[in-house]
Amino acid sequence: MKQPLLLSANEAVAWAACKAGCAVASAYPGTPSTEILENVAKFKDTIYCEWAVNEKVAMEVVIGASIAGARALTAMKHVGLNVAMDPLMTYTYVGANGGLVIITADDPGMHSSQNEQDSRNLVKFARAALFEPADSQETFDMVVEAFEVSERFQVPAFVRLTTRTSHTSTIVDVGDDFGPGTPERKPYMKDIRRYVPVPMFARPHRLKAQERTEALRTFACKTPSNRIEAGDHRLGIITSGVTYQFVKEVFPEFTVLKLGFSNPFPSDLVKQFAAGVERLLVIEELDPFLEEQMRALGLRVVEHATELNMFEMNPARLLALRKELLGDVELPETRRADAGLPTRPPVLCAGCSHRGVFYTLARLGATVTGDIGCYTLGAFPPLSAMDTTICMGACIGNAFGMEKAGIKGRLCAVIGDSTFFHSGLTGILNVLYNGGKVTTVVLDNRITGMTGHQENPGSGKTLCGDPAPVTDIAEVAKAMGFKRVVTVAAYDLPELERVLKEELDAPEPSVVIAGGPCRLAAKLWNLATYGVDEAACKACGACFKLGCPAITRGAASPDGKRFKAHVDPVQCSGCTLCIQTCKFGAISKIR
Amino acid sequence: MTSKTMNVSLVGVGGQGILLTSDILSKTAALAGLDVKKSEIHGMAQRGGSVISQVRFGEKIYSPIISDGASNLLVSFERLEALRWRQLLAPDGKVLINDLNLTPVTVSSGQQPAVTDMDARLKAEYSSALYIDALSIAQAIGNTRAMNMVIAGAISLLTPFGDDVWAQAMRERIPANMLDVNLIAFKAGRNALCA
Repeated sequence: MKQPLLLSANEAVAWAACKAGCAVASAYPGTPSTEILENVAKFKDTIYCEWAVNEKVAMEVVIGASIAGARALTAMKHVGLNVAMDPLMTYTYVGANGGLVIITADDPGMHSSQNEQDSRNLVKFARAALFEPADSQETFDMVVEAFEVSERFQVPAFVRLTTRTSHTSTIVDVGDDFGPGTPERKPYMKDIRRYVPVPMFARPHRLKAQERTEALRTFACKTPSNRIEAGDHRLGIITSGVTYQFVKEVFPEFTVLKLGFSNPFPSDLVKQFAAGVERLLVIEELDPFLEEQMRALGLRVVEHATELNMFEMNPARLLALRKELLGDVELPETRRADAGLPTRPPVLCAGCSHRGVFYTLARLGATVTGDIGCYTLGAFPPLSAMDTTICMGACIGNAFGMEKAGIKGRLCAVIGDSTFFHSGLTGILNVLYNGGKVTTVVLDNRITGMTGHQENPGSGKTLCGDPAPVTDIAEVAKAMGFKRVVTVAAYDLPELERVLKEELDAPEPSVVIAGGPCRLAAKLWNLATYGVDEAACKACGACFKLGCPAITRGAASPDGKRFKAHVDPVQCSGCTLCIQTCKFGAISKIR
Repeated sequence: MTSKTMNVSLVGVGGQGILLTSDILSKTAALAGLDVKKSEIHGMAQRGGSVISQVRFGEKIYSPIISDGASNLLVSFERLEALRWRQLLAPDGKVLINDLNLTPVTVSSGQQPAVTDMDARLKAEYSSALYIDALSIAQAIGNTRAMNMVIAGAISLLTPFGDDVWAQAMRERIPANMLDVNLIAFKAGRNALCA
């Protein structure tokens, strides 16, 4: 018997890319999309694949490959798509040559994101094609089909995943004949009328883009990806993506139009479906993307009070909808979550090289603009050393804007190495060029941490593990023209305080590189183990201010208000920070 | 939901090996010929935060999400997390709790009060919960990182799959040089819950 293959949708994308004969893949990591390229790398014998420095560059690389006639794939989280929109908006006019597939992984409910934008709006805006698979099998099939559609209609084709498809494993049949595909390669011919869309060439492209949209709309009404599942026609439900699964669970008896291909909107198919049902209900996750287009067609859609257009969809929400609309179900009595429990937010790891910087910035009372990465956790108590986090690379521009707006006191931008390469370079250049005084601290741990340790231009390796040049951030800043560039060890608290105070107070812009490897990535989690001398510990609480998960509460003081420190030997990685904060010499190395 | 579907929620703290455990459970169910969905939340949660993974198996599975009140089995790798996720449990669901306390940094740093009556609250919440001291068992075997497979061994007694199917799933998922210690841990967990 054939072994069942359990794949997440992210893994299924990689298998499909191989089957479709994809030749070039490029992406920047971002939850929940990261595992896509990590798995494409398992097919590196037939697919060139890389970590790009950011999503815009990734998009440009795959557009280049598509122009050259090859099949190409990029993948990004929803907010990454914002970064990549500029090249995309024009390539949908130019039209794909080799098949171009773009995976956007949205994050309804914001499990690991700063917003929950519905990327379908951007796909429509860009006039691209859009598949919305409901599980890993459909993801596999639709990615293969997306390459075909992209070439047939000369359009970049999106496959939109969400956290609950990206990170759900389901059984996939990749076919008995699975292997690297060898599609006929599209020829590349120099053609400036096509590939150089100056205004006089762009205007005809605009008309072509419209023709493609209408041709795809016809296709959308015929593709098997859009199917009607017959059932009780008193209620007809239109749904897409993973939401289909919840519909099947909660409204199993009703007829369903499942849209696996949702842009361009299959108007005729939807009108035909609507004509055959008594009431028309739209169930979709996030924005009323389908619903608004149905209303624009003049279709009457069931109104309801149950809120469905925010946060992640789930069966319980649909059960509440069913109770409102049909009144034939009762909501189960469930226990409520206990809101009184102490929370367990993620924390910087024991021994993290970012901790000392935040501890010091808090002591200096600085206003700190932050960025996206593990170090965003520096915003939380007890470190509480971050004021803002907007998007990748925003900290530097944000700090400069605050400076120009006349904010008082010390000001500092904090950014990780990978985020710096992603979009910090232009930010510091802007500060320098426009005469700012902002200090930018690069927390350089030589890895892309939060997404699970991906290589970057500072790590010396590529996605496939091959050696790469190591970009020296200090040299980059100096080459730009920064006079003040300082590298400081991330575990030396007195030195960190001296350097940061000097740089933050300087009347010139500066770049500080606080270096120390990610202990998790470098497997440096047990260099030494510390212990607390209970007699020497005065329960002053100084070490607790580090927010280290290895430092836990020991014995209470007689009044019960203060606690001695205890070091958890399992978690302690021997970073020395707590020893440096203890004025009483109560913490020392025991192993 | 068909009556044959089983819903298992696995909760705990990032770094405890929850995702590997749910991987092996879902692989076991697939090898047994069932439809399976395994859904997990990671990302920011991997740095010592709360982690949840949900596994559903049966004849045909649609939703990857288990609704509140619908988990037939709730497995908590840590005691406080067992309290945190109580809403997941079905009225007649079973609970398996790893007898381990991991203090969240919110408590160790003094920002939030500790739960001082944990035993009483667990007893009030789950009168017939099963407990396993998986860390001690893993220590006795000589590898604390195999704690999750001790728990997997206990889970095997609460799910309808033979230990040979579990072993096959483990062989497929665990690197060869780590397999033996994990198989021993699995067996020890099974025996501990039998005792």
